[in-house]
Amino acid sequence: MLASQLSWLPNNPAWRDDFRSVAADDDADFDALSRLAGFQIDFLCTERLDTLAQRKLRAIPPAQLPDPPIRLAILGSSTISYLVPAIRVGLLRRRLWAQVHVTPYGQYLQELLDPGSDLHKFRPTVILFAFDARHVIGLPAAGMSRAEADSLIEEKATHYAELWDRAQQAFSCRVIQQTMLPVFPELLGNNEHRLPGSPQRMVARFNQCMRELADGRRVDVLAIDNRVQRDGIGLWHEPALWHKGKIEIAPAMAPLYGDLVARIVAAQCGRSHKCLVLDLDNTLWGGVVGDDGVEGLVLGQGNAAGEAFVEFQRYVQQLSARGVILAVCSKNEEKAALEPFSRHPEMVLKRPAFAAFLANWTDKATNLRHIAERLNIGLDSLVFADDSPFERNLVRRELPMVAVPELPEDPAEYAQCLADAGYFEGIGLTAEDLSRADQYRANAERETLRTSMADLPSYLKSLEMEMIAGPFDRLSQTRITQLINKTNQFNLTTRRYSEREVAEAMERADVVTLQVRLTDKFGDNGIIAVVIGKPSGAGLLIDTWLMSCRVLGRQVEQATLNLLVKEARRRGHKALIGEFRPTQKNIIVRDHYKKLGFTRQDCDESGNSLWQLPIDQFVPFDTLITIAGMPA
Amino acid sequence: MTDSEILDGITDIVRDALEDDTIVLSPESTASDYADWDSFKHITIVVATEVRFGVKFKTAEIESMRKVGDFISLIQKKLKAA
Repeated sequence: MLASQLSWLPNNPAWRDDFRSVAADDDADFDALSRLAGFQIDFLCTERLDTLAQRKLRAIPPAQLPDPPIRLAILGSSTISYLVPAIRVGLLRRRLWAQVHVTPYGQYLQELLDPGSDLHKFRPTVILFAFDARHVIGLPAAGMSRAEADSLIEEKATHYAELWDRAQQAFSCRVIQQTMLPVFPELLGNNEHRLPGSPQRMVARFNQCMRELADGRRVDVLAIDNRVQRDGIGLWHEPALWHKGKIEIAPAMAPLYGDLVARIVAAQCGRSHKCLVLDLDNTLWGGVVGDDGVEGLVLGQGNAAGEAFVEFQRYVQQLSARGVILAVCSKNEEKAALEPFSRHPEMVLKRPAFAAFLANWTDKATNLRHIAERLNIGLDSLVFADDSPFERNLVRRELPMVAVPELPEDPAEYAQCLADAGYFEGIGLTAEDLSRADQYRANAERETLRTSMADLPSYLKSLEMEMIAGPFDRLSQTRITQLINKTNQFNLTTRRYSEREVAEAMERADVVTLQVRLTDKFGDNGIIAVVIGKPSGAGLLIDTWLMSCRVLGRQVEQATLNLLVKEARRRGHKALIGEFRPTQKNIIVRDHYKKLGFTRQDCDESGNSLWQLPIDQFVPFDTLITIAGMPA
Repeated sequence: MTDSEILDGITDIVRDALEDDTIVLSPESTASDYADWDSFKHITIVVATEVRFGVKFKTAEIESMRKVGDFISLIQKKLKAA
């Protein structure tokens, strides 16, 4: 096992025994397999686990997978099939599963262009373009002028961007482009960038070019070039293997490569983690505040460990600034736990940075459940960082869906450990991401207010809610797409649409689109509901209705329905048709249409049901939400 | 490290690579004794051996390693030189 590989996962000396008992158990399910993927395993064990998982899952197909299922196609220019097991195991680690199709190497262009090809039959939902550097750069010509070299790179990059366009047009799929691995030794030296035709410079230039093109096209980048900066090209690429079998990425790095691919795919499915839950003593500061007092803590200047804790706090603060929610889960008296936040001059993180703060003597698994409930997110959205191996193992055993990094003993390495694990992989950034931490904090305050107020209507009234609704627009289309692809709980049909499809719906005059924002006295909640209605024979069919769980229980559903009926009536529809498609995650909306006065029309064997609401008899719901505007 | 310790290590690797825990190797074993041991598995086994014993094989050596005994003697040579 290489030190740089999967070092955030726990090591399990008994892994092979566990593997054998899962293999022998006829009832072993997806969770048991997923648990095996949660340890440091080398590429051989990764392949074995993949073989086992494929065999088991044929008999017992996994529940709770995204809909539609992930079908990943890999289009490459050299040997890549040996990387596939690691990709599937990386997904398994995230409780996901995928069918994978690899095109024969060198055939990617034909496969993409020929409508009768295996690729077209496979109908990928994600395509990964994985080209090796020698294929892209071609025969090196160090004597080239700058103009020649740059126009060559531009031409190649544009060619690949056309492949992305083709892929998106043919399959409406997600596209991932792998960056070139910097495999070429330098010719000039430290100032290599001054030699225009240097293959090393061309790879760097090409990667930069791809990133720029990818941003304009909603293509996600698999940055193995950045990863090489961390691990070293010597680990990632062995020239002997290239010559022996056109193997560009060293097989020993496959588990890490697979994890990198899996985290992007998971992010595309809205399965990245959302919340970092932190222990306090010896995690955010050195020492035990209850014993050592605020004055006795190791934190800040004058001490290497103290500075390391400050640096870690800064890293956490930056995570929060990019949209990761923070929470505290600590075994402490609450009063003692809060003291450093108010009194210690070197604390970077302040109490308001945390959306939930649980310092008590209850076991941590119970506290983590409370945190997930209070923030209205799934347990599988949590990452739990604690220096204590006891607490880590307890949580892993009780709550296997919570991610628990194996924090290194030295606080100087905490931040890198979290970064390596890639829990919070993000593929786009919206204005809402940047203010998310504030939203959840305000939410936690609303929650506190709610528990302190006995009667709900007066609480809702005190919130002074305002709703701003309107059709989709270009400004919000990215955020709307993001919501469509990551909302799992309050989602009636869990249909996922690409940004292109969202834009198409927006253009169609017969399709009703609705985006809903909610503000209250604590702040702007942003876009919290999305509806797409399509004309059908029986009336306006609600193809998509989803809502952020942050605003549950606040009459948003009723207010949204009022608007929807108004719009359907304006268009001459006689009825609204609601559709409910059950998944493992959306039980919460099982009775959504019933509660809103729809009657059930139809239900098939998989539980999908259709509901009807006649428009002429509809009486608008009374709500405590002011409708502030309905821009055209 | 003794030859038999190295043989045990290689046996573990081959069992994982060929996904068969019943395999028993001797220095005389070769790839052709096992249907699944193809040229790609051979690379896998060579790479895993490098990682396990902390050695590095040359391009030409990879080609020349036919019998398990070849693995053992090459590894011994490299461990002694280190």
